[in-house]
Amino acid sequence: MITYALKRSILAILVALTVSMISFSLLYISSDPAIAMAGETASDADIEAIRELYGFDRPIVVQYWEWLKKAASGDLGKSYYFRTDVSHLIAERLPTTMTLGLCAIIFAIGLAVPLGVASAIRPNSIIDRVSLFLSVMGQALPSFWFALILIVLFSVNLRWLPVSGSDTWQHFVMPTIVLGYYAAPAIMRLTRTGMLEVLSTDYIRTARAKGLRPPVVLFKHALRNAIIPVVSLAAVQFGFMLGGSIVVETIFALHGAGFLAWESITRNDLPTVQGLILAFSLFYIILTLIADLINAWLDPRIRIG
Amino acid sequence: MADQVLNVENLSIDIPLSGDILHAVDGISISVNKGETLCIVGESGCGKSLTSLAIMDLLPQKAVRTVDKLELNGSSILNYSDRQMSDVRGSKIGMIFQEPMTSLNPSFTVENQMVETLARHRNIRGKEAKKLAVQMLEKVGITPAKQRLKQYPHQLSGGLRQRVMIAMTLLCEPELIIADEPTTALDVTIQAQILELLTRLQADFNTGLILITHDLGVVAKSADRVAVMYAGQIVEEGSVYEIFDNPSHPYTRGLLSCIPVPGKIKRGEHLGSIPGMVPSLIGEFTECRFAGRWGDTLGKEEENIAHLVPIEGVDYAFLVHGTTDHVVRFCCNSCLKKSKSKISKGVN
Repeated sequence: MITYALKRSILAILVALTVSMISFSLLYISSDPAIAMAGETASDADIEAIRELYGFDRPIVVQYWEWLKKAASGDLGKSYYFRTDVSHLIAERLPTTMTLGLCAIIFAIGLAVPLGVASAIRPNSIIDRVSLFLSVMGQALPSFWFALILIVLFSVNLRWLPVSGSDTWQHFVMPTIVLGYYAAPAIMRLTRTGMLEVLSTDYIRTARAKGLRPPVVLFKHALRNAIIPVVSLAAVQFGFMLGGSIVVETIFALHGAGFLAWESITRNDLPTVQGLILAFSLFYIILTLIADLINAWLDPRIRIG
Repeated sequence: MADQVLNVENLSIDIPLSGDILHAVDGISISVNKGETLCIVGESGCGKSLTSLAIMDLLPQKAVRTVDKLELNGSSILNYSDRQMSDVRGSKIGMIFQEPMTSLNPSFTVENQMVETLARHRNIRGKEAKKLAVQMLEKVGITPAKQRLKQYPHQLSGGLRQRVMIAMTLLCEPELIIADEPTTALDVTIQAQILELLTRLQADFNTGLILITHDLGVVAKSADRVAVMYAGQIVEEGSVYEIFDNPSHPYTRGLLSCIPVPGKIKRGEHLGSIPGMVPSLIGEFTECRFAGRWGDTLGKEEENIAHLVPIEGVDYAFLVHGTTDHVVRFCCNSCLKKSKSKISKGVN
């Protein structure tokens, strides 16, 4: 297990380096940062001055190396727009996004896995139909529309929950539901298919032939094997929630990292975008690493070659 | 009978299909005594495996089981609830499956899977359970047993896994073991070892054994009694000697003639086979179940004309040579004629 974890961690670091390289060069190719910073009315001389001041005239490899060295020590540069440290900016916004993402993925798993298991036990039963309906809805409803419906219902009419902001836990209830409900269908369907497949295997027949009680057969012998692909999917979806929750964050005025990323892209605020991309991809990499480690713990065939 | 472990009378299994019914098993009766091995032989799809699952009440949800009597040790388990049945499974009746490669859960160690059976049926846990597991692994010839306990199924070979399955099944000392083609997925040398192990342990524990197979070599080696199944019915049943010496149903003769005998078969000569296919079991039979399956191989051995004594009340069922231990059943007049047997009248 330790060997596997070590190997997998080294791989994760290499992936992180590659991703940082790609994101760094991609942004430099897409636009000239000096022109972006100087503004539309600047003269050629001004642009040239900015280029020298910020070191944009040096070779790209050197710039990357400088940036990486600083990034490793937590210095991601200054935001062109806010004139403050990018790391500070991200540290300020990330907790909101993390809280939202974590709540949403827990909500999604908590909703989807039991429903998926229940529908697999009795395929084509009422509970299976209901969960199919719920997952089709979840996939078809645009999240902005679903969010507005929730606001009208719970904030405007019933007055149970605040409309927007991020001060108390109540502020996170509706965004969690909207974001989580969007992620739930895929998890639900994957759990259902996985369980159906595992329940028809020989080793489940063996477990039944040994006289084990149905809950033991179901949760010990079947779910453990069926949940493996679900873990990987949930990790990817969690990562997606961190970067892709812009719509939800905007509607509920949760000023999280997703919202900041979108703002910074429209403002051509390069250091912030870079810093965010680095933060998001690091999270992705950490999440997939955790998912792989969980799977290795679940499945000895991964752990012991 | 006091030492009768299992008694099944008139078992049928129907599987409803869209608009039709598949009669997978059609009114079969079997019984097994303590320490006895009953071999159920037949082609693929004749209903052997379903029969074993029906005894365990583990049929697929769609399948419908009807049975007149289902007795374990003389008491009926026919109307047992799911809960009561799960107490019987694994503790009174143990089952060994065909596919050792997939019959063990890949996510748990051998120890985990063995010990959970003990905890479930005999309430033995911890060190005591582990000790019993080690002893049982040693009994089935697995060494070093302690290390093997810690391993996962994918680290074991097919033969070892089947040994683990056998050890697991024997842990609760069941009175009946149903082994569904336990050696089919293994290579020939391992087959012989597993079979030898199974029959030895069966003798040690004095358990009844139902051995399901399509391999007549296996039957000859291990059976006390044989039931030949064809298209959901038992066509011939008797002691292993009776079946091999006096095969009376043309299908049994066909099966036996498929065994290549060294010295008897000449170079370039075709090996024996039964022509045609197993009939479809969907819907009712309108013609003979063996239609299209009579080849030259069937009824070749005319010197072995059997003397059949009709059994009263059952159509086309006979005692061979009047031996109560040897019963043959025909599906219609046509296959009765093909058997080229002499029928005596009114003798009991």
